[in-house]
Amino acid sequence: MKAAANGLAIEVKNLTKFFDNHPALDGIDLTVEPGKTLAIFGPNGAGKTTLIKILASIMKPSAGEVFINGFDIKHNAEDVRSQIGVVSHQTFLYSNLTAYENLLFYSRMYDVADFKQRIYQVVSMVGMQLRMHDRISTLSRGMQQRLSIARCLIHKPSIILLDEPETGLDQQAISMLWGALKEDGVKKRTIVFTSHSLERGLNACDKLIILNKGKIAHLQPSKGLDLAGLEKAYGICTGAGNENAE
Amino acid sequence: MKTLNKALVIAWKDILSETRTKEIISSVLVFSILVIVIFNFAFSGSQQTMISLAPGILWVTFAFAGVLSLNRAFIQEKDDDCLEGLMMCPVGRETIYLGKMLGSLFFMLFVEAIVLPVFALLFNVNVISLPLIAITVLTTLGFVTIGTLFSALAVNTKAREMVLPILFFPIVAPIIISAVSASGMALGGESWGSISSWLGVIAAFDVIFLVVSYFVFSFVIEE
Amino acid sequence: MKIKILLGVSTVLMLVALYMVFIFAPETESGVVQRIFYFHIPLAWIAFLAFFVVFVASIMYLWKRDIKWDAFASSSAEVGLVFTTLFLLTGSIWAKPEWGVWWTWDSRLTSSLILWLIYIAYFIIRSYISEEGQRARFSSVIGIIGFIDVPIVVITIFLWRTAHPRIEAMDPRVTATLMVSIATFTALYFLLFALRLAMKQDEDKLNRLKAFLRR
Repeated sequence: MKAAANGLAIEVKNLTKFFDNHPALDGIDLTVEPGKTLAIFGPNGAGKTTLIKILASIMKPSAGEVFINGFDIKHNAEDVRSQIGVVSHQTFLYSNLTAYENLLFYSRMYDVADFKQRIYQVVSMVGMQLRMHDRISTLSRGMQQRLSIARCLIHKPSIILLDEPETGLDQQAISMLWGALKEDGVKKRTIVFTSHSLERGLNACDKLIILNKGKIAHLQPSKGLDLAGLEKAYGICTGAGNENAE
Repeated sequence: MKTLNKALVIAWKDILSETRTKEIISSVLVFSILVIVIFNFAFSGSQQTMISLAPGILWVTFAFAGVLSLNRAFIQEKDDDCLEGLMMCPVGRETIYLGKMLGSLFFMLFVEAIVLPVFALLFNVNVISLPLIAITVLTTLGFVTIGTLFSALAVNTKAREMVLPILFFPIVAPIIISAVSASGMALGGESWGSISSWLGVIAAFDVIFLVVSYFVFSFVIEE
Repeated sequence: MKIKILLGVSTVLMLVALYMVFIFAPETESGVVQRIFYFHIPLAWIAFLAFFVVFVASIMYLWKRDIKWDAFASSSAEVGLVFTTLFLLTGSIWAKPEWGVWWTWDSRLTSSLILWLIYIAYFIIRSYISEEGQRARFSSVIGIIGFIDVPIVVITIFLWRTAHPRIEAMDPRVTATLMVSIATFTALYFLLFALRLAMKQDEDKLNRLKAFLRR
C-alpha cells in the first residue's frame, strides 16, 4: 500500500457538487489525520450525505479534489474503496441471502484473505453467531443493522464513514458499533460520521464541522468545547436559534 | 482476470439469490409458455405454415421474455438498497456491468433451454439443432449486453418497467431480424454457409454493444 | 447574428431549390410525384447528420460534463426527429402512386422507421427524468448507443430485403437539383438547430435565475 504523501487520512480540496444548478457542496476544504474522529453536523439538506457519498467514491464530485490515504478518488477509486467501510441507514445486505452468504459475497468482493475465519470474527463482534445462517429478510431491523456493521468491518478498513448512525441504528447497535470499531485491532482507524445529535456527536469526536447550505460554516477541534458552546455555534451557523438539533 | 473473477462473484450472488425466490426464472418461463400457447391460437394452420411461422413466434417470445427478465436485473438491487453497497466494493463499474450481464445471461439461457424443447413439442418443429442453438446463444448474448445497460438506466427513472421495452426493442431490432431469418433458414435445412452471414451480423452486434456498454455503464449508475 | 445569416442563406437557397425542383429538373415517366425525391433524399441525409451531431455532443457531454453539450444533443435530436418524420411521410406519399400502397417494408423506410423509434424513445426517457444532470447522462448514453445501432440496422435490413428501387444513372440536371436540395436542407438544419439551441440557452438561464431566487 502506498504511503500517504502528507500523512493525511482524508484530504478534501475545494470540493463542489452540483445538482440541477444548485450546489449541494460548495467549496469544501477539509483534512482528517489518521486515527482521528471527525463529526459532521448540519441541518437536513446541508450536504452531509453528499459529502459521505463522495468520500466513499460512489458519487463523483463536480469540481475539486479528494485524497483518501493519499489516493486520488478520481484515478485510484478502487484503492480508495478497499480502504473504506460505510455504515448508513441502508444495510447493503441482500434480503434473499443469509447473513453468512452476504458476508461471503462482500469478503470475496474485497479480497479478504482467510475469509471464513474473518466472517466468524466479525459476526461474533456483533453477537450474531446464532443467526448467521438465517436469511436477512427473516431478521429484525436491529439484527440487520448489526450485520451491516459486520459487513462494513469485513475488510478491515482503515477509514470508516458513518452516515447518521443514530437514525440508522438502535441504541444497542450504536454502542456495539463504537465497541467494534475500537477492538478490531486496526491501529489508527479514522472515523467520519454525520449526526443530528450534537450531544452524542460531541462526545465521540476529536474535531467537528458544521455544514450549512453546502459550505463549512464552522470548524474546530472538540477539545475544550462544551455542549452549550456547540449549540450556540450551531445556532449561529445555521442561522436559526430555534431550529435546534433534533 | 481479476475483473472476470469479481464479475463471476456478482453473477454467483445473483444466481444464489434466484435459487431462493425463483422469481425471475419461474415467471419468465411461465410467461414464455403462455406466449407460445397464445400464438398457437392466433396462427393455427397446416404444418407447412407452422414451420414458416415458427422462427417469428420463437423470437417474439424470447424478446419479450428477455425484457421481463432484464427488468428484474436491477430492481432487486434497488429494492434491497444494495446498488450503493456494490458500488463501494473495490471493483470498477465495468465489473458490475459484466457481473450483472453474466447473471442475466444465465437466467435467459436457462429459460430458453426449457422453452426450446417445449416449443419443439407443441409445434412439432425440430428446433433443437446445432445451428439453432448457436443462433439462440448469440442472440441472447446480444439481448443481455444491451439489456443490462438499459435495465440499470430504467431502474433509475420514474417509470422503471416502462422504460426498458421502449429502449430495448428498437435497438435490438437488427438481431431480432437476423435471428428470425437465420432460424428460418436453419429450419428449412439450409447449410451453415448461408446462415453464417446472419450469424456474423449477430456476432458483430454482440461484440460492438458489449464493448460500448462496458464503457458507458459507469455513466448510468454513477452521479 | 448567426441566426440572421443562416436565415438569409436558407431563404435564398430555398427559392433556388424550388425553381430547380419544379422547373429546371426534367420530368420522368412517373410524373410530378417523382419530384418528391428531391425532398425525400435530402431529408434522409439531414436526419443522419442530425443524429451524428447528437452522437458527438453526447460523447462530449459524458467527457466534459458541461450541460451545454446536452443542449446541443437534444436540440439536434429534435430537428433530426422532425426530419425523420418528414422522410417517412414523403416516402409514404411517394410509395402510394409508385407501388399502390402507403407503406411498404422497403429497406430504407424500414430502417428509418426503426431510427425514428429509437429517437422517440430518446425523448420519452428524457421526459421521465426530472433531474438535469441525470437526464443529460442518460440521454447521452442513448444518443451514443442509438447512433452506433444505425449502421447495424441499415446493414441488417438491406440483407433482409434485398429488393429495393436502385438509383439509375442520373441526368446531370437531376444531380444538380439534388445537390442544391441537399445544400438547402443542410442550411435549414443549421438554422433550426441554432434557433432551438438559442431557445434552450434562454430556458437554461431562466432556470438558473429561478434556482438562484429560490435560495
